[in-house]
Amino acid sequence: MAKMYHKEKSIPIKSSASALYNNLSVLRIAPRCLTYFTVVHANVVNMVSASWDGLNYSHRQLQSKEGNVTTSSSLIMQAAWCVLPSRDLLVLTSQKGIQMYESDGSIMVYWHALDTPETPTAKAVFARGIAAVRDKYICVGVSSGSVLVFDVPSKGSNITLSEVLEEHKEAITDMASECSGSLEGIADLVSADDSGLLCVWKSGEDFQLLNKIPGFDTSCSSVKLWKGTVIAGYGTGQIRLYEAITGILHAEVNAHARWIYTLDIAPFTGLLLSAAEDSWVRVWHLSLTPETNSVEIEHMYNECVTDTQICGAKFCDGDGYAFAVTGYDLSEIIRYTQA
Amino acid sequence: MSQRTLPLLIINLGGEMIYILDQRLRAQDENDDKAQRGGWTEDDRKRVMNDIVGTMFNKAFLEELLRPQDLYTHRALRTVLTRIAHTSIMRLKPASMDKLYDLMTMAFKYQIVLCPRPQDLLLVTFNHTDTIKELVKDNPSLVNQINEAQRQLIEVYTPLSDGEFQLIRHTLLVLFQDMQIRISIFLKEKIQNPNGHFVLQTAGPVPHGFEVPGLIRWFNAKGREARRTRFPSGGSYTSAGRQGSFDLSGDRVTLLGTNMYSTPSPGDTDPSSSSNSRGKLKQADTTPNLLATEELNLLAKLMGGMEVRKLLNVDAGFRVNLWTLDQEEDIEISEGTEHQSSRVINIQVTQDRLASTELARIAGEFDEEESQTEGPGNKGDDLLAMMDEL
Repeated sequence: MAKMYHKEKSIPIKSSASALYNNLSVLRIAPRCLTYFTVVHANVVNMVSASWDGLNYSHRQLQSKEGNVTTSSSLIMQAAWCVLPSRDLLVLTSQKGIQMYESDGSIMVYWHALDTPETPTAKAVFARGIAAVRDKYICVGVSSGSVLVFDVPSKGSNITLSEVLEEHKEAITDMASECSGSLEGIADLVSADDSGLLCVWKSGEDFQLLNKIPGFDTSCSSVKLWKGTVIAGYGTGQIRLYEAITGILHAEVNAHARWIYTLDIAPFTGLLLSAAEDSWVRVWHLSLTPETNSVEIEHMYNECVTDTQICGAKFCDGDGYAFAVTGYDLSEIIRYTQA
Repeated sequence: MSQRTLPLLIINLGGEMIYILDQRLRAQDENDDKAQRGGWTEDDRKRVMNDIVGTMFNKAFLEELLRPQDLYTHRALRTVLTRIAHTSIMRLKPASMDKLYDLMTMAFKYQIVLCPRPQDLLLVTFNHTDTIKELVKDNPSLVNQINEAQRQLIEVYTPLSDGEFQLIRHTLLVLFQDMQIRISIFLKEKIQNPNGHFVLQTAGPVPHGFEVPGLIRWFNAKGREARRTRFPSGGSYTSAGRQGSFDLSGDRVTLLGTNMYSTPSPGDTDPSSSSNSRGKLKQADTTPNLLATEELNLLAKLMGGMEVRKLLNVDAGFRVNLWTLDQEEDIEISEGTEHQSSRVINIQVTQDRLASTELARIAGEFDEEESQTEGPGNKGDDLLAMMDEL
């Protein structure tokens, strides 16, 4: 049986990937035949822009710059592109706050400081969890459990904090918006936290809480929303599929032998990527039967990245033709394409 | 990120340091030519161990560690650990301290990376405290100190969620990022690759609370399982074993954090050697660390609160060489011969890297103190000179 994917030439990055959830973001620039990648290393974001023929790379590094840097540099928790109809922004979340850049990382357009206490408290303070929602919102999670909703104009830096959603009590781990492109569903956003709680939201002037799906005392480190189905990856190595609005559990997969760090969906084909500290990247296929309202998940492919604790994995295109992987202490982005 | 990393760092790294020093002192005892040396005994080793353990588990010191604070830099960590080592009559040359630090950090990095679940980091810590307790079991007050420390750790860490533990782990992994120093014993045991990365097995029992990968279950609208299918997981995983104990004492189940130096491997006289061809040592922060003053205050408190140990017959130069400096190449364990270094070690006044004048003053006390020999002076001299030969 032929392998579904084969390994391509890796892309070198300036410094190695840190052990963080969802530590890879990909932006496809079709008109220029380029793909951008970001990988977080401590207080630095490594950006690489790679040409599709794999011949040209260019690198850029972003530091987490704060308004008044007096203490030790701030560690970055996550970096991700937010794709809105009018513009793409690169969002960085750190111990100190949230920064938004133009998509090539050239100019910082917005900075939001977190309330950090004068003396360090036992509970850590940081921002984590990034999602672009509908036409004009960028949502970012905070360690307190709050979700910050930013209103983003079609151009310029007049970004404003429009709402703070307070449903979660534990630190936000990841957030995802409906990625199928369908406007039929009502659920626009799902947020996940360290207790495994999932909140499903509808966006608008005021965001509306549609459903709360309780966790089982295990952190949900990565979450996706596709065609009204929540796909959640947990610290126990399991993946669960829920119907977003009702909270009905469709399926549970004993997917990995260690903590899951990342999930990704190829929206056009329903391919799902999961990766964990156990060195495995797995590809699944999701399909929905609207008549029976059922979800099918089928295992397609395994790839073992030897001796690597994977911390990021993303499809490079909407069909899932190619995917990229990062691992702790690795200074390269490993790529795979369909055979 | 996490503000609770420091106690775990110091106790685990300190624990590894104690294992290595203990092993080296025992090895010296066995190889010792007693006629020449005048009796380097078990008692001397115990004394050094007691001093170091007493410092590490000092109540005030631990309270300071448990205060929420940012991660230390390597520089600050190393300074604290060196000072802990130097509260005994033993002295380590900078080059020896370098190697010791490499070994300690790579051992702890291994334990953090291999931890099956983030909370197992606490079990690793308890393995260290359990073993240290065993090493100083003849000293009941020290054992009490360690028990007290363990109680505090239990109080602070057991309420944390797995997500919070993972944050601690991620913060520690930032500190150890890019450290790829090859360690002979790790290479030999095949837990480290020649490129410095650790070997991660895709086989064995899954962690406690996990399910073996390979099963998909579907549920109906009422939440009942409707059907199940299997998929190939690619690895050879088996069901989880039992959970380790998070109590004051008990079976921790995991071997991570236990003393890997205590079981001699065949033909292995210097298992704690580290390769000279090291990878990059990542400096966690290159900008001037303005938290340094806080870290130094900690040290000042530590030193101030402790009874300053009088050095014996100090000539500003009883420096210790834990490993010989002659070797330029990889130290092959199978060769098994101890090099004879010269009796008189170059007297180097180690340039104190600490900026704090208070600490420099206290440090100065160690060097300049008139010898008011405490206890059997000759033995102390011999001990130190003997360490030169290690």
